Amino acid sequence: MPEYETHVVDVLIIGAGGAGLRAAAEATALGASTAVVCKSLLGKAHTVMAEGGVAAALGYVWPEDNWKVHFRDTMRGGKMLNNWRMAQLHALESPDRVLELEEWGAIFDRTPDGRILQRDFGGHRYARLAHVGDRTGLELLRTVQQRAVDRGIEVFMECKIIRLLHAPDGSVNGAVGVWRETGKFVVFGAKSVILASGGVGKIYKFTSNSWECTGDGQALALGAGAELIDMEFIQFHPTGMIWPTSARGLLVTEGVRGDGGILKNRDGERFMYNYIPDFYRAETSDTIEEGDQWYDNKRDFRRPPELLPRDEVARAINSEVKAGRGSPHGGVYLDIASRRSPDYIRRRLPSMYHQFKELADVDITTDPMEIGPTCHYIMGGVRVEADTAATTLEGLYAAGEVAAGMHGANRLGGNSLSDLLVFGRRAGLAAAERALGLSGEVTLDQNEVEDACIHALSFFDHDSGENPYTVHAALQDTMQDLVGIIRTESELLTAAENLKDFDERITRVSVEGHRQFNPGWHTALDLESMLALSHATTLSAIVRKESRGGHTRDDFPEPDAYWGTVNNASYIEGGVVKTKLTPLPEMPDDLKELFEEGH
Amino acid sequence: MTDTQTNASTSGSSSPEADSGTITLRIWRGERDGAFKDYTLPAQEGEVVLDVVHRVQAEIAPDLAVRWNCKAGKCGSCSAEVNGKPRLMCMTRMSTLPTGEPITISPMRGFPIMRDLVTDVSFNYAVARRVPGFHPRPREADGTHRMAQVDVDRSQEFRKCIECYLCQNVCHVIRDHEENKANFAGPRFVMRLAELEMHPLDTLDRRRFSFEEFGLGYCNITKCCTEVCPEGIHITDNAIIPLKERAVDAAYDPIAWIGRKVFRRPEPASAASVAAHAPERRSGEVIVEN
Repeated sequence: MPEYETHVVDVLIIGAGGAGLRAAAEATALGASTAVVCKSLLGKAHTVMAEGGVAAALGYVWPEDNWKVHFRDTMRGGKMLNNWRMAQLHALESPDRVLELEEWGAIFDRTPDGRILQRDFGGHRYARLAHVGDRTGLELLRTVQQRAVDRGIEVFMECKIIRLLHAPDGSVNGAVGVWRETGKFVVFGAKSVILASGGVGKIYKFTSNSWECTGDGQALALGAGAELIDMEFIQFHPTGMIWPTSARGLLVTEGVRGDGGILKNRDGERFMYNYIPDFYRAETSDTIEEGDQWYDNKRDFRRPPELLPRDEVARAINSEVKAGRGSPHGGVYLDIASRRSPDYIRRRLPSMYHQFKELADVDITTDPMEIGPTCHYIMGGVRVEADTAATTLEGLYAAGEVAAGMHGANRLGGNSLSDLLVFGRRAGLAAAERALGLSGEVTLDQNEVEDACIHALSFFDHDSGENPYTVHAALQDTMQDLVGIIRTESELLTAAENLKDFDERITRVSVEGHRQFNPGWHTALDLESMLALSHATTLSAIVRKESRGGHTRDDFPEPDAYWGTVNNASYIEGGVVKTKLTPLPEMPDDLKELFEEGH
Repeated sequence: MTDTQTNASTSGSSSPEADSGTITLRIWRGERDGAFKDYTLPAQEGEVVLDVVHRVQAEIAPDLAVRWNCKAGKCGSCSAEVNGKPRLMCMTRMSTLPTGEPITISPMRGFPIMRDLVTDVSFNYAVARRVPGFHPRPREADGTHRMAQVDVDRSQEFRKCIECYLCQNVCHVIRDHEENKANFAGPRFVMRLAELEMHPLDTLDRRRFSFEEFGLGYCNITKCCTEVCPEGIHITDNAIIPLKERAVDAAYDPIAWIGRKVFRRPEPASAASVAAHAPERRSGEVIVEN
């Protein structure tokens, strides 16, 4: 039996991004002993890469804005597949969460009268995103990080969680982890566990996601017996860098378009005017002249189509490139240089300016950027109850990107930072209340602990097997090529077959060296999460025979009314990922009215 | 002496000079008593140093320890010394480095080596816990905090910090003087105090703390920190020097301090509303709320 140390707390939080740290602040405030575990150093979470802003109907720039408009925008952006209650809570509470950040030290950009400035983003009717230049995620994360440090919250850094533990009654009561530095095991006992571990972008080759985004939380939940939903909905952000190759996939913020940037093909045509779907026609400008006036007058003019939701823009770019009208490196042009002054661009988009200057030798104040779609976000994830963030497993909660429902089939830009604050807080609240209400000791299942440890060490026993990096790269190729932005049944079935090979290959992955800070071993452990989620995503994509939001089927190009009424749930049975359809919660009539004419 | 290990997939050329199509990274391996080891790979267009380190990891040395997260210059994880210069590996393009000679990559020297390129940066987290946190004044009657952009520009500059700790690594007060770490918090955290000191909403006085607890007097303004900051923050000119001036010149005069916090701009309406909320200055020990 491998040795391990044990810590027991009321609330264990897996992940130290915005959702995890916001949950920690809440749980601690209620008096629950709280521990946060994260795979990297504190302050490095993927949240820092969010650029454009946090969406909240504060109404500082456009007094017409309110939670109902934000709710409506969110549901329409999600192609009405959102959990309506999550979207409602999110729209209602995000202004308070933003003001709270300010109370904790965040410094957002200001309006001329000294309030929080808000910027335009795709799919949002009014300028709604509170922001700090184009580094809003860093500001958000640093603020909750400094809050957590100020409150003395315990953070266990560079620790990868490999298994959730169950109490005799089947509820979740802890987790097993590996210290990256020493390779030794650690067991956390807890009355409540919150997953706040982010997304799965690293299953794709071209992604804006950071090293950590390997779907650990979704895989832990699935393995422990919880349900995931809607894993087929992956957001390909329309504007990722495509050149140089090493920078391919890096995010170019939607703020470029919010601040006036436009998309052009190789012929210089503003092609988005050719791709306005009927669903958005009434609120999108028909002409360039009208669209250009919208930035300053949202009452009398309609938005330019560059600011359609991300799924629409990404598909349009894909079509232009396929039709042979792409840029030299296989993307299109994003041009703000011809639209705004160099001073304005440098002030509003400092990190984009820096990123292109440093990595591509392109000055975005004088030249257009070459961009193309990049895997950015997963709308699907762990099924949660809207008000409490509780999963289908007792004692287990999920918040932020790891959870599903809030964004339906497609997420609007800016709704992620607000999501992780709103539901991070709610998860912290519910998890602490449960923990404080439970009496008795946490009883850990030694067999589960032992099994997890022995399994993790097994990679050292395989001689001359598969290289974990090679297997990861091959998995990314399969997902990129066969389960990408445009999907079709034959390719999806091939992907499913390939994944069965990966099931076998992963059992042969071998790790060189010893347990101390060994990235090869860490990659092998991450691979298990990524493979499980690749199965769930591929299977869900095969099942959903329609196109909606972040799931586009070449063989079923239109949305289908029936598919708009169901969630596609994934679960494990007999060691295999399966899916089933469950009814989407129905919106009450008073909210349905918001979607009728005149609103 | 260094070992040489060549990627088996190359055509057998182990000398970087022999073939202009290859590059050699000379990477520190092991702990304190480790050594540099050479890795030769085919050159590829448009790469940054971190890309090549990843190729070494994927193809030759799978257990090579390196921290990285975003590979976009936003998280500050991949700090190292490239040819002796403190850099983020993800923002250092190979094309900016001299060709025809090995590129040396060593862990940050200012921190104890854990393994390979990974260092023990826990000193920074320990210091962070000692920072007296943000204490805002009350909100306006309409529930907002009013601050003009011009008044927050400076604190926003400091909040661009990605905590790569290159400034901490290069600061000569602590780089080769482990004993000074007990007395000097380092540029990143002096800047954090400056950020709070200049935050228009904050009400705590950290001037005495900056000298007595964070050792502000140890800094003799050589600007090494500013030179290595990947975010281009003017740490010395905009944070450290003004903080020293505030602390020393004001001689802990509370009226002058409040004046600087509040009356920096000649804008009567805003100033009046702010002054109405001006808190009583807390003196002596800084109180950290728990």
